[in-house]
Amino acid sequence: MHPAELAARASYGRLLSILAVKTHDLAGAEDALADAFLAALTRWPVDGVPRNPDAWLLTAARRRLVDAARRRRTRDEKHVLLQVNADGDAAADDGDFFGDERLRLLFVCAHPSIDAAARTPLMLQTVLGLDAARIATALRVAPKTMGQRLWRAKTKIRELRISFDVAAEDLPERSFAVLEAIYAAFGSGWEDVAGQAAASRGLTEEAIWLARLTVRLLPEEPEARGLLALMLFAEARAKARRGEDGAYIPLTEQDPSRWDPRCIAEAEAILKEAARMGCVGSLQLEAAVQSAHVDARRSGSRDDHGLSLLYEALVQMAPTLGVRVAHAIALSNTEGPARGLERLDAIGSAHDYQPYWSARAHLLERLGRLDEAREAYNRAAGLAEEDGIRRWLLAKKRALGGTAGASGANRDGV
Amino acid sequence: MRYALLVYETEAGVKGRGDPDYQAAYKAYIDAIYGSGVAIAGSGLQDAATTTTTFRLVHGERQIQDGPFADTKEQLAGFFLIDVPDLDKALEWAARCPSTSRGGIVEIRLALEQPT
Repeated sequence: MHPAELAARASYGRLLSILAVKTHDLAGAEDALADAFLAALTRWPVDGVPRNPDAWLLTAARRRLVDAARRRRTRDEKHVLLQVNADGDAAADDGDFFGDERLRLLFVCAHPSIDAAARTPLMLQTVLGLDAARIATALRVAPKTMGQRLWRAKTKIRELRISFDVAAEDLPERSFAVLEAIYAAFGSGWEDVAGQAAASRGLTEEAIWLARLTVRLLPEEPEARGLLALMLFAEARAKARRGEDGAYIPLTEQDPSRWDPRCIAEAEAILKEAARMGCVGSLQLEAAVQSAHVDARRSGSRDDHGLSLLYEALVQMAPTLGVRVAHAIALSNTEGPARGLERLDAIGSAHDYQPYWSARAHLLERLGRLDEAREAYNRAAGLAEEDGIRRWLLAKKRALGGTAGASGANRDGV
Repeated sequence: MRYALLVYETEAGVKGRGDPDYQAAYKAYIDAIYGSGVAIAGSGLQDAATTTTTFRLVHGERQIQDGPFADTKEQLAGFFLIDVPDLDKALEWAARCPSTSRGGIVEIRLALEQPT
């Protein structure tokens, strides 16, 4: 990889944060940084890579910002010039209240006056350097819509002159949005199992690192610890979730010896710290579910009752479709598959939700209603977006034997 | 909103249609997209070699040409017409199309409003 590209991947968010915090102009800082990277791409191959690439990029970007400000001749000119010039070697500018300017920028992006739908993408773009197209893919939004959403948010930051000095009392109010965005970044890196998308490579580690920083910044917020524990549990199992040939391996069939024990131990310790703080939130509960699953696989005995209770609490607190489906499965382990199926039946409007149909298939199989189970596996496979999961579901269907359900067959001869 | 999902496949993708795994994946997708009440119509298309004629008017004159136009690597392999609330939903269905895991692409087009 080209040195400029490496620097871009490693430092983009930090450099942008430093520039934006000085000027309060996110869009302008992005343009300046883009220019600086472009200059690096043409200059470095000729002049050699500078000893401190970050400082070089920052200096170049600052020069652009000053030029741009001069050109605009706005009333703000002096203000911007002063701010841009005020600091010396800003590559070493970290180490204040936030520990890292990236985290400060996260909290700026979580400002209540920024459209909630724009907050996570804005954080992903500015802090982690993902491009709009990649974010659009990860969050499954049309690229044009995403571009507009981001543009509007940046304009707002500039025009409302949203303060970059986030007061300590604002932190708790905005922390949920920040945690949500960090989790979304993690999810985006997590789903990219094959690691094909260059932009999402390392995204899970980056998200974990941001969560660590958030924990340090918000020591009183147990949910920050909950999120960190949750992601560490997932990361610990990263290598076990795919077979040699890339085939999907569900949690219950993974080989625990391929899990990372240090990562799990850390997650457990952090979750305990959070629990001691005596304020349960949905992220801690989800981490606790992970902990129970890990424990079950290691000890060979699953605490079904405990799991069911955890999901019960999660349903109370955050009744998302995913949580309700998982609750039905947990219930089926304590009170039987018929009870679980009853729960699934009570969930309306899940026609196009893959985990719902997977769960349904599983319960129907346990009840011996094989024809219906086959059809449910088929339906789940049809809703899968990832080839590995689709193949796994179709294999489950085949394993039930019998004839393929006739309904819908040959409707289209693809 | 009505959207057309236009499925383009590579030549290799079209040739691989006989693969039972691929057929099973497609059957599942078709069952899901109709079963969810989303699809209005759709069909797979036969090999582009079956393109026989295209028709156009040049300076008011009819011109009929033999197909296929072989200058593109990807060819239209099938289509769905779906009715979903918004583009985001259409994107979800496009992402599920099995062709996308075999090098194919899905183009999403908003359909014209039907005259009332």
